[in-house]
Amino acid sequence: MQELTIATNTDMMWVCLLIPLLPLIGFLINGLGFRRIPKGLASVVGCAAVIGSFVLSLYLFLSFEEQGNRAYVTPLFDWIYVVALSIPFSFQIDQLSLIMLLLVTGVGSVIHIYSAGYMSHDEGFGKFFAFLNLFVFSMLLLVMGSNYVMMFIGWEGVGLCSYLLIGFWNKVTPYNNAAKKAFIMNRIGDLGFLLGIFLIFITFGSVSYGEVFNQASQNLSDVSHGTIVAITLLLFVGAMGKSAQIPLFTWLPDAMAGPTPVSALIHAATMVTAGIYMVIRSNVLYTLAPETLEVVAIIGLATALFAATIGLFQNDIKKVLAYSTVSQLGYMFLALGVMAYSSSLFHVLTHAFFKALLFLGAGSVIHAMSGEQDMRRMGGLKKVLPITFLTFLIGTLAISGIPPFAGFFSKDELLAHVFQHSKIMWAFGLLTSFMTAFYMFRLLYLTFYGNFRGTEEQRHHLHESPASMTIPLIILAILSTIGGFMGLPEVFSENHMLANYLSPIYDFSRRAVPSAFETQHLSHEMEYILMAVSVAVAVIAIILAYVIYGKKRTVPAEDGEYSGLHKLVYNKYYIDELYNGLFVKPVMGLSTGLYRFVEKGIIDPIVNGFGHGVLGGGRWLRFLQSGAVGSYMLLMVLGIALILLLNFII
Amino acid sequence: MNEIPEVIRTIPLNYYLYFSTALFVIGIIGVLTRRNAIIIFMCIELMLNSVNLLLTAFSAYRSDPNGQIFVFFIMAVAAAEVAVGLAIIVMIYRNLRSTDVNILNRLKW
Amino acid sequence: MTGNIFYFLAFLTLFAAIGVVASKNPVYSVLFMILTFFALTGQYILLNAQFVAAVNFIVYMGAIMVLFLFVIMFLNMREDTEQHKPLMSKIAAAISGGILLVIMVAALKDVDAGGYNAENFNSQIGLVEHLGQVLFRDYLLPFELASVLFLAAMAGAVMLGKREPGEQNRF
Repeated sequence: MQELTIATNTDMMWVCLLIPLLPLIGFLINGLGFRRIPKGLASVVGCAAVIGSFVLSLYLFLSFEEQGNRAYVTPLFDWIYVVALSIPFSFQIDQLSLIMLLLVTGVGSVIHIYSAGYMSHDEGFGKFFAFLNLFVFSMLLLVMGSNYVMMFIGWEGVGLCSYLLIGFWNKVTPYNNAAKKAFIMNRIGDLGFLLGIFLIFITFGSVSYGEVFNQASQNLSDVSHGTIVAITLLLFVGAMGKSAQIPLFTWLPDAMAGPTPVSALIHAATMVTAGIYMVIRSNVLYTLAPETLEVVAIIGLATALFAATIGLFQNDIKKVLAYSTVSQLGYMFLALGVMAYSSSLFHVLTHAFFKALLFLGAGSVIHAMSGEQDMRRMGGLKKVLPITFLTFLIGTLAISGIPPFAGFFSKDELLAHVFQHSKIMWAFGLLTSFMTAFYMFRLLYLTFYGNFRGTEEQRHHLHESPASMTIPLIILAILSTIGGFMGLPEVFSENHMLANYLSPIYDFSRRAVPSAFETQHLSHEMEYILMAVSVAVAVIAIILAYVIYGKKRTVPAEDGEYSGLHKLVYNKYYIDELYNGLFVKPVMGLSTGLYRFVEKGIIDPIVNGFGHGVLGGGRWLRFLQSGAVGSYMLLMVLGIALILLLNFII
Repeated sequence: MNEIPEVIRTIPLNYYLYFSTALFVIGIIGVLTRRNAIIIFMCIELMLNSVNLLLTAFSAYRSDPNGQIFVFFIMAVAAAEVAVGLAIIVMIYRNLRSTDVNILNRLKW
Repeated sequence: MTGNIFYFLAFLTLFAAIGVVASKNPVYSVLFMILTFFALTGQYILLNAQFVAAVNFIVYMGAIMVLFLFVIMFLNMREDTEQHKPLMSKIAAAISGGILLVIMVAALKDVDAGGYNAENFNSQIGLVEHLGQVLFRDYLLPFELASVLFLAAMAGAVMLGKREPGEQNRF
């Protein structure tokens, strides 16, 4: 049983405090000094803050192991303290938060360095770094907080940063609309999350992880099963919004309006995985509610499949990656749904590596193409951008699930767990995997092979990106290559490092539902077969993509030349239009109606009426000011008489 | 020598109240009906005197000297006021050739 | 006996006051005003307030009313100088004044003003000696400040009465 101890070591407390504090300081310096701090200094401050956090996280990680892997809480101060409600501002350090810390600060550092190169021509340079730092701060608060309310602050903070960064180029209206869309969709999810937190407090009388999970795992008699299902479903609504699951997924592809490093950091590697982190953190509650898990699995699978089909026919390089992200997030939820929590986190990690790599690679391509994002205008970039190509290839192989790259291990483990749970789900998962490999290689062939299809001007401008952009690519490429070895499957190694490391955080779940965690190992032959099948599927997809886009050099047709099913998929199943008709239009109509009739017809006349009344009254009353002193005195005497009369009567 | 004056023994204090009130109201009516600034000024003096009488009466009935001291100060202030007020009236007359208060109606919208 | 003197003086005061208000000629008004003050001085003497009576006699009747009279004669005011208000507004003024009188008398009717206290009654308080002690012991500062006020009033009156350098002599 993992006991939560209160940390007494002040050095540790300082480290814990400094990890989120450094990005906050960076945010304040860059945010307050925007336009006054030179670009060089802004990038140094921004990067140093996050790298500092990363080093401290690493130190924390190592010392955690030295001290015998005991989870602890570092209370900083009493934050909200009302009669029955006591919410301390404290950080919880355990295996899960440490892994997330390393992920956020590690990938964050790499992307910060990349941004210094990518954004160097932008006038909002300092602002960009300020927002990025604020994002890292919020994300750290989210993963380090020791209760749901602190998680909620971080949750809202990252939502805000996401909004600010999607609409970073705020002079372009569609970008602003994309930012608003993301914010509002997230808000719908946040409402569910907030209600979930309220329900947790009502049910358990606390919002601290330790207390809630301890109660949930022990005295089941007090809390009805329905309540647990309700809590987990509400929390999952929050996760749906943040992690872009059906039906709240349409904001993520639009979020690609932001600068590419933002897409990499926020909309691929870290923020969108907050939902998964939250489910893993609440694993006790979810384990107690198998119905919710089933819902999670189905929604995850549906999202994975759905987004993958859309990804097949997209022509915008970032849109393809965006749908791929939605699809991979669906995978992770599928894993959560079959209670493969560790596998899901494993996939979060590897996905963070290769998806950040792919986004940054795409950013490098866009940078070289002077802002062009349409793959139909690219082609043949292999020779001009050798480093970008190589790293991009690694990322593509990793996401397609080709051994020995990272994606293979995590995806294989994930699919194996799904196979144990349900064969049909596994088949659909495999189909998704097939489509993933196909559209990723379609992207690769369209971008890097064939002939250049852009304008002459763009051809002249083609260049490999600067070192500050390629070095992060190389680092991420290495991580994408070897990242999978932290979770080798059982057939290769007795020791699954990640799963063993994370094992203590499921102690409460294990106590609550012992049967759920009984290991039912697949036979080694079965594992080999599953692996072979998934690799074979990926290889077939790659070959298919090669035949269509590599050998025949097919280029997707221009917009408007599609028909039938192709058109339906290309237009994302008209989901946006459906939402528009179903929700946006009625709400807009309602507001217009209210504006026209209630605002213009009732409220405005009342408010203006007061103004006109006072104005008109003044216009007439001023004639009382005749200037004749005699009449003033007469009125004064009458007034005195009246006052005395009233005094006399009363 | 400490003999109570006969008027204090025979006339109730309330009579002084009525008397002063009547004098005061006559002053007010004068202020309201007349247009000559000097007459208005004199009516104001009437009102002041009604208050003076009341203060003195209360002071005498209660053997409290403070009331009469106050009357003394009121007279001092009234004297100063008359000096300045009449100077102003003379000034106005010199400019407008009239002391009619209705001419001085510039204090309006 | 003294009671009758009180009633007589009160009647005389009110009569003279009405005369002040009602006289068409400003000079008559001033003369009625002097009569009023004379009657009031009599009231003060009845109340054994000798100091106030003397001051009233000298300051009001002597200085102030002479000043008024002087100004009226100086401005050469006669009956026809003053334009009279319309009858309606006079009636309105009289009515409102009457209402005030009625209300105040009605309000004062039930007031218990309190009478004299025979045991510790002091008939000497209104004498110059006694008042002078109070004035120079308890009210020394206001007394001295009154002199400053007079100085200011004097300077103000002189300033107002003085002709501006370029002003024409219009009368």
